[in-house]
Amino acid sequence: MKTPRRERREKLPSPSSPAPDPGSAKGDPERLYVITGGPDGGERAALDLVTMVVACSTPSPTVQPEQAAILRLCRAPLSVAEISAYLRLPFSVVTSLLTDLLATELVESRAPIVRAVLPDRSLLEAVMHGLQRL
Amino acid sequence: MDFKGSDTITGPRTEDVLPSTATAAVKVVIVGGFGVGKTTMVGAVSEIRPLTTEETMTQASIGVDDNSRIEGKTATTVAMDFGRISISEQLILYLFGTPGQERFWFLWNGLFEGALGAVVLVDTRRLEVSFDVIGRLEERGVPFVVAVNTFPDAPSHPMEALRHALDLPDEVPMVNCDARLRASSRDVLLTLMNYLHALALQRS
Repeated sequence: MKTPRRERREKLPSPSSPAPDPGSAKGDPERLYVITGGPDGGERAALDLVTMVVACSTPSPTVQPEQAAILRLCRAPLSVAEISAYLRLPFSVVTSLLTDLLATELVESRAPIVRAVLPDRSLLEAVMHGLQRL
Repeated sequence: MDFKGSDTITGPRTEDVLPSTATAAVKVVIVGGFGVGKTTMVGAVSEIRPLTTEETMTQASIGVDDNSRIEGKTATTVAMDFGRISISEQLILYLFGTPGQERFWFLWNGLFEGALGAVVLVDTRRLEVSFDVIGRLEERGVPFVVAVNTFPDAPSHPMEALRHALDLPDEVPMVNCDARLRASSRDVLLTLMNYLHALALQRS
């Protein structure tokens, strides 16, 4: 083959915090929206793309329109990614809105099953069985 | 922000609404160069029409024109298509097709760290565009399989030659696939799950 050959790489020593500081190097991108609901710019909730969200109540007239839309969408469980897609809002904006809704207990969230806690063979077997039915 | 108000929001179609028991989610990332077929593969196996989530980022401009020099930064939208497979009443598998450039990955919290594993989709006409992606996954310790999307006009190479060019260890599974076909794309995901299962067995 004429293509150049790749060189294998080693796993880096600190896999738990591999994300580079987005502001560390010149030219690296930054999120445009780093808005938070808190008055003093508090932390956003740790939400994954596939954190499942479900509403605990129907929207009251006092919530913002975006948050009311989330409460209506999440009458059945929905991932953060799907909320972002249906509302056509960036992921970071949705996590910010959800941080407020979680703090006021208007929604509940369920964190995804991630690889770090994985070595659960029964989970993988369940996924395999599900795929075989496709 | 261009939120249009709740009147224009279209939620999931009735048949796409998840049962209230669906509270456990896992994700798999399909990664590869532009035009390699990521979204095609997501669409082939997804039970919903693929959706798009996006993130908007700013980037220091590199003096492209006078306007950008004044602004200093430009806003760019990075989009990711994704789909969904209901594994059971409780468990949902999400599939994300993501651009190969690592500098975009941090935009979504734990995109790879939280994933069960990854599928690297490659096109034999442009093998080298996947070199960096594979290296990044190795560095992060993300388990992956390599799926060779068989485009009709792409040169056909023996799998061993591709494995050599990609410098993949023997244990990393490689499969041919046609990303347009549900059965073929499903088999790629099954290859990944079998590999993850074997890794889990090794650890125990």
